[in-house]
Amino acid sequence: MSAEAGTLIKGPSRWALVVGAACLLLCALGWFFNPRQFFISYLFAELVWVGVALGCMAFLMIHYLTGGTWGWPVRRFFEAAARTLPLLGLLFIPIFFGLHLLYPWAMPARVAASAALQQKQFYLSVPFFIVRAVVAFAIWSWLAFLLSKWSVEQDATNDPAPMKRLRKLSGPGLVIYPLTVTVVFVDWVMSLEADWYSTMFPILICIGQMLSGLAFVILLLAWLGPRTSLAEILGKENFHYLGSLLLAFTMLWAYMSFSQLLVIWSGDLPHEISWYLHRISGGWRWVLTFLVLFHFFGPFFLLLSRQMKQTRRALATIAGAMFIAHVVDVWWMVAPSFYPQGLHVSWMDFAALLGIGGIWLSFFARNLAAQPLVPMNDPRFAVAAVKI
Amino acid sequence: MSEDWVYGLVAEFESDAQLMRAAEETYAKGYRKIDGFTPFPIEGLGKALGKSNRIPLLVLLAGILGGCSAYFMEWFANVVSYPLNIGGRPLHSWPAFIPITFELTVLGAALTAFFSVFVLSGLPKPYHPMFNLPEFERASQDRFFLCIETVDPQFDPVRTRLFLETLRPLMVKEVAK
Repeated sequence: MSAEAGTLIKGPSRWALVVGAACLLLCALGWFFNPRQFFISYLFAELVWVGVALGCMAFLMIHYLTGGTWGWPVRRFFEAAARTLPLLGLLFIPIFFGLHLLYPWAMPARVAASAALQQKQFYLSVPFFIVRAVVAFAIWSWLAFLLSKWSVEQDATNDPAPMKRLRKLSGPGLVIYPLTVTVVFVDWVMSLEADWYSTMFPILICIGQMLSGLAFVILLLAWLGPRTSLAEILGKENFHYLGSLLLAFTMLWAYMSFSQLLVIWSGDLPHEISWYLHRISGGWRWVLTFLVLFHFFGPFFLLLSRQMKQTRRALATIAGAMFIAHVVDVWWMVAPSFYPQGLHVSWMDFAALLGIGGIWLSFFARNLAAQPLVPMNDPRFAVAAVKI
Repeated sequence: MSEDWVYGLVAEFESDAQLMRAAEETYAKGYRKIDGFTPFPIEGLGKALGKSNRIPLLVLLAGILGGCSAYFMEWFANVVSYPLNIGGRPLHSWPAFIPITFELTVLGAALTAFFSVFVLSGLPKPYHPMFNLPEFERASQDRFFLCIETVDPQFDPVRTRLFLETLRPLMVKEVAK
């Protein structure tokens, strides 16, 4: 079973590793020539893949809590993605060396000029930033470790004890997830704008992460589903369930994004609107238009159709487009803080995205091949299998 | 038709899968005045029985209509009918109009979904012949029923009964009108 999946993904995963390593080498050159741009691109790329992994882990925990046929065929994808979090923690380390190039609170000149930044010095300081990031990655890795360890134990035994533990962990885990994301994404993204804050922002990040994680597993299921042992438990209703979830999260993303805009637009306060002013200036306006069309309206109207959700190829295409749109969304959150005068694309944006992505994908594939694709001995899976 | 008192022939099945197969075969045979009765909703049964479902389209149209009328109402009130300067914002402040537009889209769609189910399925219906069958009680518990009505042009008391017997039901019975 696992060997089957292993041979299928071996080739692509080796390519991913080669491309990833090559792109990261290019990025290292970029670090040498244009360190500021390197750190901008690297931060953006790191956040994209951290988002996919965290989103998958959140869905994994939701599935343990709620059960349901929607999650069975993709549970191993969620697990494999969650187990990449330690790797992403390692890949985060270079950012610690570029804090003085990324964050206004780490630039002495900016701090000296801003009373607000001086007040925030205790919290937004380099050592404390590093501590928070390390703690967050430690918590996530620990969650991912337990979630996959007990899942493997369940594969080997008929005793439902591991499943009970998984469910007990998933409840608190789903509380820990948005709380830790709130703490670190205030650091990593919100503090890119010196004075800006929004209480809606962390949950918007969470929804975006889950959306990208979901789009990723749909793509993977569409590719691997018919070619592996998953085919035995896979029907078009599985794509329907995942398509419905994708629709729900597309709407939720739009709802959160718009709510944040509405609150800030209504308040119209100088330190709050800076975020949006930077993100609609010059060419950034077109990026925003792209997001409105392809992150919401396009997928929303297409996913309303039952036909689209049930057709493997159609759903995979929408999920692929959604994933790309979300990558652009993350870029639009990070890059305009550094180029408030207008659109700026660097080759390093692509190199970093493919670099971290390639390494991540090959690590993900290795995790995926380590286990059978169909989770076994799950007390609730027996019921679902009979129904199919 | 000799048996004027008969509403239709009913076959009783033990599982949803059997009913689904029976429904597909009955429809393939050319019967059109047919209906299924189940204890819980079965995905795809309506389609198998050849019933068209117009509710999604109605809901979509009502949603669009609700959203457009909400936006128009806000635009008309704020820009044409009673222009009022609120905090120096433009009269046509689209971000502020979106929540109401969203709410009325949902309201229009939800009310239409609710009432169109009622109207299109002929509710309220104080009398239905199916309840003349004592066994029909179990349609809300654990049994699945398929009914071919006598008004179906293909209906024949003997041949239809023989056909239903081939579907391996638990029993086949006439239901009084």
